[in-house]
Amino acid sequence: MGLKTKMHAEEGKQDLIITREFDLPVELVFKAHVDPELIVQWKTLPNTTAKILKFGGKKHGSYQMQSTDAQGKIVSSVSGVIHEFIPNQKMIRTFEVENAPIGVQLEIYDFERLTDNTSKLSMHVIYESGAIRDQLLKMPGASGYTMGMAHDRMQELMNKFK
Amino acid sequence: MNLRRDVFQAIADPTRRAILLLVASQSMTAGAIAANFDTARPTVSKHLQILTECELLNQEQNGREIYYQLNAKKMKEVAEFIEPFRKIWDDRFNKLETIMKNYKPKK
Repeated sequence: MGLKTKMHAEEGKQDLIITREFDLPVELVFKAHVDPELIVQWKTLPNTTAKILKFGGKKHGSYQMQSTDAQGKIVSSVSGVIHEFIPNQKMIRTFEVENAPIGVQLEIYDFERLTDNTSKLSMHVIYESGAIRDQLLKMPGASGYTMGMAHDRMQELMNKFK
Repeated sequence: MNLRRDVFQAIADPTRRAILLLVASQSMTAGAIAANFDTARPTVSKHLQILTECELLNQEQNGREIYYQLNAKKMKEVAEFIEPFRKIWDDRFNKLETIMKNYKPKK
């Protein structure tokens, strides 16, 4: 079966469109994106525990999230500012991984009701440059930088068993 | 030190993309490829060198001539470069769907 998530990155551009249809009412998809208790359950890096330090779900609000590994070491800190916050419809925010050379990206989330029990999410992500976008896409990982670090550590660990 | 060529930078250039399209249908010599462009021959040679270095083109000696042909395998890799990223988001969204299907609002 193919992936339900569609991704479109036009060559030579600096943005990315991710779309996904959910077998869920739009209210629940929106909630999963803005409720700190829920965010940490799905929007995480592999083998890490996410912690929301702050989530101001409103216009001019801001958020901060930290991921720690099994030893409690911080592997990534992400943060951003919320520019638009319309429940069950739209969220516009910035996103950056602190201390990562990937700049700040603008994320536009459109939540759309399809039926009472299905919905569609479109994410439009705009990067500082086309080069940064391509760099991120090539590294298998959202915020490829931190994910790459996690993979590196795993690699280190597994090398011992070679 | 010779800088390693980046395949994505290689295809970011319109002339190089046009070259790839040209040789997609048949192997061609550098001269035959250059004849399709207004740009100076050395410029086309440079593009061919870059495309060859990042393995998008293969060279094949045929008598005194060198023919360039498309490396379909490498082109496929380029087309699929977005897949790992897409897979990660798909996994995340699947997780979201599972979590929210079992979600009971506290009240």
